Amino acid sequence: MSAVTAAAAGLVVLPLLLILAFLLYQGASAVNLDFFTQLPKPVGEAGGGMANAIVGSLMLVTLAAALGLPLGILGGVYLAESGDRRLPWIARFLADVLNGVPSIVIGIFAYGLLVLPFRRFSALAGGFALAIIMLPIVVRTSEELVRLVPSSLREAALALGIPEWKVLVRVVLPTARAGIITGVMVAVARVAGETAPLLFTAFGNRFWHQGLDQPIAALPLQIFAYAISPYDDWHRQAWAGALVLIGSVFIVSLAARIVTSGRFTGVR
Amino acid sequence: MSDGILVKGLNAWFGEAHVLHDVGIAMAPKAVTALIGPSGCGKSTFIRCLNRMHEVVPGARVLGSVRVEGQDVYAPGVDPVQIRRKVGMVFQKPNPFPTMSVFENVVAGLRLGGIRERAVLQEAAERALRQAALWDEVKDALGKSGVSLSGGQQQRLCIARALAVEPDVLLMDEPCSALDPIATAKIEELILELRGMLTIVIVTHNMQQAGRVSEATGFFLLGELVEFGVTRTLFTNPGDKRTEDYITGRFG
Repeated sequence: MSAVTAAAAGLVVLPLLLILAFLLYQGASAVNLDFFTQLPKPVGEAGGGMANAIVGSLMLVTLAAALGLPLGILGGVYLAESGDRRLPWIARFLADVLNGVPSIVIGIFAYGLLVLPFRRFSALAGGFALAIIMLPIVVRTSEELVRLVPSSLREAALALGIPEWKVLVRVVLPTARAGIITGVMVAVARVAGETAPLLFTAFGNRFWHQGLDQPIAALPLQIFAYAISPYDDWHRQAWAGALVLIGSVFIVSLAARIVTSGRFTGVR
Repeated sequence: MSDGILVKGLNAWFGEAHVLHDVGIAMAPKAVTALIGPSGCGKSTFIRCLNRMHEVVPGARVLGSVRVEGQDVYAPGVDPVQIRRKVGMVFQKPNPFPTMSVFENVVAGLRLGGIRERAVLQEAAERALRQAALWDEVKDALGKSGVSLSGGQQQRLCIARALAVEPDVLLMDEPCSALDPIATAKIEELILELRGMLTIVIVTHNMQQAGRVSEATGFFLLGELVEFGVTRTLFTNPGDKRTEDYITGRFG
C-alpha cells in the first residue's frame, strides 16, 4: 500500500519536474544578464532582454496584492467570525463562483470598467483584474485558517479583558499567520502567471513603464507575444521568460516558507 | 472595599435552552469557593456569567443581578472588557497563546491593555510567575514558546497570565481536569497560597479537590443551586437529599 501511495506522490510531482527540466533545456541558454537588464530589441536585431516585462509583472502583482490582500483577508475574517448565517453563506458561495470564473471573463470585466471609460489600456486595469482573481483565493484561505484558530485562544484573550478587535489583530490573526501567508503566496503565484486577463487591460508594452495609467509590459504577455512570433531568437527568449517566471514563483514561495517558520507558529 | 461576589436571581439561556434557574449566592471575599455538580449542571455557565463570558457564545442570554466587589456587572453601560480585567479566568484546558513566548504570554493582558514600559512588564511577569509557582522553572526560558512547556506548566502559565493583570477575582473552570495528579497537586497548592489574596471560585468534578482547597462549596444540579455552605458541613452533613446522593456517589 505504501508503495502505491509513494508512487502516486511521485506521479504528482513528476509533471512539475518535467516542466522544469524542459524549461531549463529550452530556455537556460537565453537567460543572461542582458535578459534581466535590457529592453527588447527591435525585430531583426539579436539579443535584448525582458527587463521591462519583469519590472511590469512585479508592479502588476504588487498592485493586485495591494488591492486584493487587505480586502480578501478582512473578508475572510468576516466569514469566519460572523455570527450571522445567511450573509456569510451567500458571500462564500459567490466567492467560490468567482473562483471558477474564467480569467478572460474577469479581463473583459476590467476592460469594461477601467479601460473603455478612459479609452486607454493601463497598468491599473491590469492590477485590478489580477486583484479580482486573487480575491476568492485569499478570502477562502483566510476564512479557513481563522476558523482553525481554537476558540479557546479567543476566549482566553477575551477573559483577560482584551477588547475584541485587539483579540483579532494580536491573537487570532498572528495564530493564523503562517497559513494565511501560504494562501497569499498561492494567490500571488497564480496571478503572476495569468495572461488572459492582461491581454486587454495591461496590454503589454515594449518599453519601460510610463505610469500606472499607461499600458505596461508583463512577463506572461511577453512570453505569449514572443512564442507566437516567427523568430528563433524570440522563441528562445520566450522559453527564458517562462523559466524566470517559474523561478521567481518558486523563490517567493520558498522565502515565504522560511519567513513564516522563524518564530513560534500557530496553525498552518 | 471587599464585598466578594453577590448573585441574585440569575438566569441564563443558550438560545431556547434555559440552563440556569434563579441562582442566588453570596461568596465571601478573598476566600475559595468550590462549585460541584454533575456534567451539564450549569456550574461552568454560572462562573462564565460572573465575568460576562457567557454572552460571548452566540444566542446566549443572561437575566439577573451579579455584583463583584460592589460593582454591578450587568448594569447598563458597563463595559464587559472592564469586568474581565477585574475578574480573571482560567480554563479547563491550558490555552497559552501559541505565537507568544512564555514572557509574552504572562504579560499579554497588560501589553494588549496598552502598557508598554519594559520594566513594568518585567516586574509584573516575575511577580505573576512567582505567584503561580512557575518562576523557578521558567526563569531561564522566558523567551521560549509558551506551548513548549508541559501541560501542568502551561496551566500555571495561564494562571500567571490571569494574575498579571491583578484581578480581584479568579474564576477557575475545572483547571485540573486535563492534568496528571502531580500537576494537579501543584495547582491545588497554588490555590491555597493565593487564598487571602483574591477571591477564587473553582469549578471541579473532583469532590476531594473541593474538600481540600475550598472554604465554601455550592452544589449545582440541573441548572439550580441546590445547596451552598461551609465545605466541611456540606460534605459531612448535607442539608439536601440530592446533595447527599451526589456526594455519596449514588448518581452523577
